[in-house]
Amino acid sequence: MKFTNLSQNKGYNLPSCHMVNLSGFHILLDCPLDLSSLTIFSPISTILHEQTFDSSSSKKILDNYNLIPFEPYYKTIERGHLWNVSLIDVVLISSPMGMLGLPFLTRTKGFSAKIYATEATTRVSEFMMKDLITMHMEYKQLYGHEENNFLQLMNWKNLEAFPFKLKEIILGKDGTELGSWMPLYSAVDMKECLQKVETLKYSEEVCYNGSLIIKAFSSGLEIGACNWSLKSPKRNISYISSSIFSSGVSMEFDFHGLIGSDVLIYSDFTSTKTNYSINSENVNNQELNDDDFLLNSDERLEEMEKLNFICSCSMDSLKAGGSVLIPIGRLGIILQLLELLSMHIDSFDLKVPIFIISSIAEELLAYTCILPEWLCNYRQDKMYSGKSVFGHEELIKEKKIHIFPTINSRELLMMWQEPCIVVCPHWSLRLGPVVHLLHRWHGDPNSLLVLEEGIDTDFALSPFKPIAMKVLECSFLSGIRLEKVPQLLKMLQPKQILLPDYTKPLFEPLNKSLSCLFYTEAETIRLPNSNKLSELHIATNLASQLTFSKLKNNELTMSRLTGDLYVEHGKHYLVEEKRSTGLEIGPLVHWGRVDLGSLLVGLEKIGVKGLMEYGSNVVNVVEPVKGLIEVKETSVVISIGDESLASRISDVVYGLLNGV
Amino acid sequence: MAIECLVLGAGQEVGKSCVVVSINGKRIMFDCGMHMGYTDHRRYPDFSLISKSGDFNNALSCIIITHFHLDHIGALPYFTEVCGYNGPIYMTYPTKALAPLMLEDYRKVMVGRGEEQQFTYENILDCMKKVTAVDLKQNVQVDKNLQIRAYYAGHVLGAAMFYACVEDSGMVYTGDYNMTPDRHLGAAQIDRLQLDLLITESTYATTIRDSKYAREREFLKAVHKCVDNGGKVLIPTFALGRAQELCILLDDYWERMNLKVPIYFSAGLTIQANLYYKVLINWTSQKVKDTYATRNAFDFKNVHNFDRSLLDAPGPCVLFATPGMISGGFSLEVFKHWAPCESNLITLPGYCVAGTVGHKLMSGKPTKVDLDKDTQIDVRCQIHQLSFSPHTDAKGIMDLVKFLSPKHVILVHGEKPKMDLLKGRIKSELGIECYDPANTETVSFPSTHFIKSDASNAFIRSSLAPNFKFPKDEITDMPALHVRDERVSEGILTMGKGQKVKVVHQDEVVTMVGGGKTEVEFGYCFGLNLCNLENIGEEIRVYDDESLLKILNMKLSGEFGELGLRGGLGSLEVNSFRVLVCKNDACPRRIDGDGCSESGGRVYFCCNWSILDKTIAWRVINVMKNMDSSVDL
Repeated sequence: MKFTNLSQNKGYNLPSCHMVNLSGFHILLDCPLDLSSLTIFSPISTILHEQTFDSSSSKKILDNYNLIPFEPYYKTIERGHLWNVSLIDVVLISSPMGMLGLPFLTRTKGFSAKIYATEATTRVSEFMMKDLITMHMEYKQLYGHEENNFLQLMNWKNLEAFPFKLKEIILGKDGTELGSWMPLYSAVDMKECLQKVETLKYSEEVCYNGSLIIKAFSSGLEIGACNWSLKSPKRNISYISSSIFSSGVSMEFDFHGLIGSDVLIYSDFTSTKTNYSINSENVNNQELNDDDFLLNSDERLEEMEKLNFICSCSMDSLKAGGSVLIPIGRLGIILQLLELLSMHIDSFDLKVPIFIISSIAEELLAYTCILPEWLCNYRQDKMYSGKSVFGHEELIKEKKIHIFPTINSRELLMMWQEPCIVVCPHWSLRLGPVVHLLHRWHGDPNSLLVLEEGIDTDFALSPFKPIAMKVLECSFLSGIRLEKVPQLLKMLQPKQILLPDYTKPLFEPLNKSLSCLFYTEAETIRLPNSNKLSELHIATNLASQLTFSKLKNNELTMSRLTGDLYVEHGKHYLVEEKRSTGLEIGPLVHWGRVDLGSLLVGLEKIGVKGLMEYGSNVVNVVEPVKGLIEVKETSVVISIGDESLASRISDVVYGLLNGV
Repeated sequence: MAIECLVLGAGQEVGKSCVVVSINGKRIMFDCGMHMGYTDHRRYPDFSLISKSGDFNNALSCIIITHFHLDHIGALPYFTEVCGYNGPIYMTYPTKALAPLMLEDYRKVMVGRGEEQQFTYENILDCMKKVTAVDLKQNVQVDKNLQIRAYYAGHVLGAAMFYACVEDSGMVYTGDYNMTPDRHLGAAQIDRLQLDLLITESTYATTIRDSKYAREREFLKAVHKCVDNGGKVLIPTFALGRAQELCILLDDYWERMNLKVPIYFSAGLTIQANLYYKVLINWTSQKVKDTYATRNAFDFKNVHNFDRSLLDAPGPCVLFATPGMISGGFSLEVFKHWAPCESNLITLPGYCVAGTVGHKLMSGKPTKVDLDKDTQIDVRCQIHQLSFSPHTDAKGIMDLVKFLSPKHVILVHGEKPKMDLLKGRIKSELGIECYDPANTETVSFPSTHFIKSDASNAFIRSSLAPNFKFPKDEITDMPALHVRDERVSEGILTMGKGQKVKVVHQDEVVTMVGGGKTEVEFGYCFGLNLCNLENIGEEIRVYDDESLLKILNMKLSGEFGELGLRGGLGSLEVNSFRVLVCKNDACPRRIDGDGCSESGGRVYFCCNWSILDKTIAWRVINVMKNMDSSVDL
């Protein structure tokens, strides 16, 4: 087995990406898109555009804010382009964000891999891609067709002139990433990509190529997000992506299916910032019931606390007459935020509308109402008791939430009132309605911008400076809390754990009880082939035909076995031959030594008289016919002109040997 | 290891479905239904047959419920809350959501009829708390050895067939299913599985049904005609399933025909059910599913709540009212009001239990119906019988059985004579063992079992590697076009004391026992007088060894063409048999000759072979000996 970490986890919006070679299959884990690097481009805004350029002068390479005023390119997986696409056999997608880069891969010539993702991940991801394409179209409409594209501009001369920040994002830290920039895929690319995805339910079993059994288990991070269990005849792998034990929206982290694997690939380290040291005593003294300890509602409470904080800050702004702008696309967070915001608004008796501006919001919110199977117990119980699963369903009916596809919708202009709360994409602050609204409100000290971590805020806000509005940066939980990791690992009981290298100081102390290996970005780890034997399932009717023989001077019992072997669902079966010859064949393999003395005795018993040539290994047969028996180190040669006699002599020889 | 199947209900009848299957030591109860036709102890399955002591928790591994109809779930609250079963219960999400409505509706009817109530509303809620909801195709590990999985059955929303497997033995219990999609549900779908047992419903064991669309059109026409003439339409249904299906049908028709006549739902119950249908729209057919974003198909546009005051209001309307067979409740009340008027229409479901008003209306064309001793109702309205039913027909059952090809089939949920016919067909047409046990009968047979062993890599590799054979065309000496892959798995199974059984490749055995391989071979060197061969091969000088072998090859190929005789360098070979011209006068294997090769064209041939080819070897030697001119002379 080989394992290569292609890019490391950089938070919820940019999950990690790995390549695993298992039993000869190349498996790509996730295919994300680095949308945070969009910040190097100028945001679209007619006003900004006019400020930046005189219509007469030709386009410059950098605008006044040192950003690139061209149609954006998108940064795919680092090092992803170095792989031969046609070699990939399987692609596994763990979360909606992990799919955003997939159309780049599927449109590549030679791509023929099987793609697996959960049903919900695929749908949510489809919405996100659609939205991205629509927002990008808006950009294109503004700038029109360009003679030069982004990549053509990226020659050394131009790059040298760029500020350091820009260069670093474009080229990467080691200066190798220019090749991963691509123009955005089209709607057709996306459609074709989605057609290639085979969708799964949680813990549905699929079998790739008869021998690799793949199962997805809820990871709790987002609706539809999952961890993977891969079973090949030789090795079982569990893959843990960013997971949340209990969230207020998506189904709880299901770790039961990941227990007891040979290798655990641990790829969830979004929350390493916490100063928490792991000591092995802590692990052993854990007396709590595992499920209770891991699945307690700590995470959910923490999440609620953060959301409530956002709400109360928002209320402060609204009361002061400012508006609130929430450019967050994280579905689980938004669904809860909508419920909480309207509760807060009601409790303060404010008459403030919530606008959701996004091309896909209406369909996406409708979709969230029909997937109770993917939600946490709390939401499912709401469904059973006949209530709406999410609050937005009623809030839309009560006209407290209004949804518009674009900021130019006539209905929106008719209804527009300030202060208001606007929820819209996109956290990189370069695409979509957020640009226009930021331009409108950036100077208002009473307004509030709620941002999600994952980008360089200062850099992202640079084209909107000076900023007078308040900025609230939130980091939502998007991984397993570090103090729970040792307990989790202990419970999962993997034989080997692969961990990212920067966690070395944390996990070194655990190495005594758990076998840890640390991986570095772009380096391949080879794990020696396991010498585990495959399990064979032998049909009973075949087994009942076996004739066993006990070996001389040996504890072993043996039998020759013939049948048809087939592999199904990762298991080897041996069943009776369809075209059985029916011929009883004697032993085919023999070993041991033939002692000449015993041979002569044996011959005498069947009435054959032989003479031993002294000092040689030859027996001369003299009666009933002449013949010769040569006994050598690895063979016995019987030379005799009579068929039946030869056969009788061979029986005597076999009697002196072990055979099967 | 064996499978034992105890039928507690729906054996040679329809009602109180309940089958307990023991499979390799695990015991699963499939469905826990009640019989609508009885009010005494016969209404529930005889649970005492599962466990004499009443300790059901140890007697059963789990309960699986296929769908929310009362004849499949009706006895569940009684079994859990009154009999005290506390173990795991599995059903799909929609079944878990809708079952309480169904059970509560039934409980109310019971109470309304003045019967002793078997369980309380709290009992229903407590019972549902013990239920684990499952999604389709999701693998659920009930315990270490028992795994179950649900497949789409299409009968009602959330109906599922269940696959269960313990170790190597698998089975499927279909519950009720439909092999053709209808207005709001898809067709049943299942994977090809290795099964020891298939338990299937057989409601329509002998019926072959045509397309549903014709009958749906008939229904719509009848309703349309009635409301056009200002009549009122009463559609008695149960709260769930049929009501939604007919409502989709009508709502859609109303849209298309631009009708304005109001459609009413009688109680809040059905409206509530619609909410569940909306959330669970993913369990309907693809066509309905796709409507979720624009307008959820269960958001009925033309449907309103019915108010009692509208009962005698003038003007046409369509009303859905519970219960289905006009056995009491609101539908009976409406019936009393509307039946005497000729312009009104009453639709009846395909099946009504004896004793209900529905049953009386179906039998013949009654003009009067006695409700009780004192009340008699004149029936002048029209009656339309709905003949579409979400069960599979005989062809569907046969298709499913053929597709799954299980080792045994058990028929339940049908009528005895029809089941017998179907049983005969399954046995004769498909060659599969088939049973139709009556209630309380048990069917048992052995389960599939595989012997587990380790297998060495060399064995697996040798078995999986193709063993291509290229049969040669003897005349042209060119490889023929066809290639045969004759792979056979041959290995050695070994058992040692305290070791796991292991299968290895034969080459590995020798190293395993720590010795060297010893071959037993045969050798034979003999002389032939080949003077007359010279005469045959006139054109060829035969004293050249190569040409001698060539002639020999020609002669032998006549006899052994099928064996694939190969001419090698200075030799001829068939499998391990090898013959060459022997020039060594002191050849130790030359036994019966005179030892002189020079005399009179006598040529010596030395052969050797292994035991596998001894028959061939002696045949070839005998043919060669016959060529000896001295013999011929």
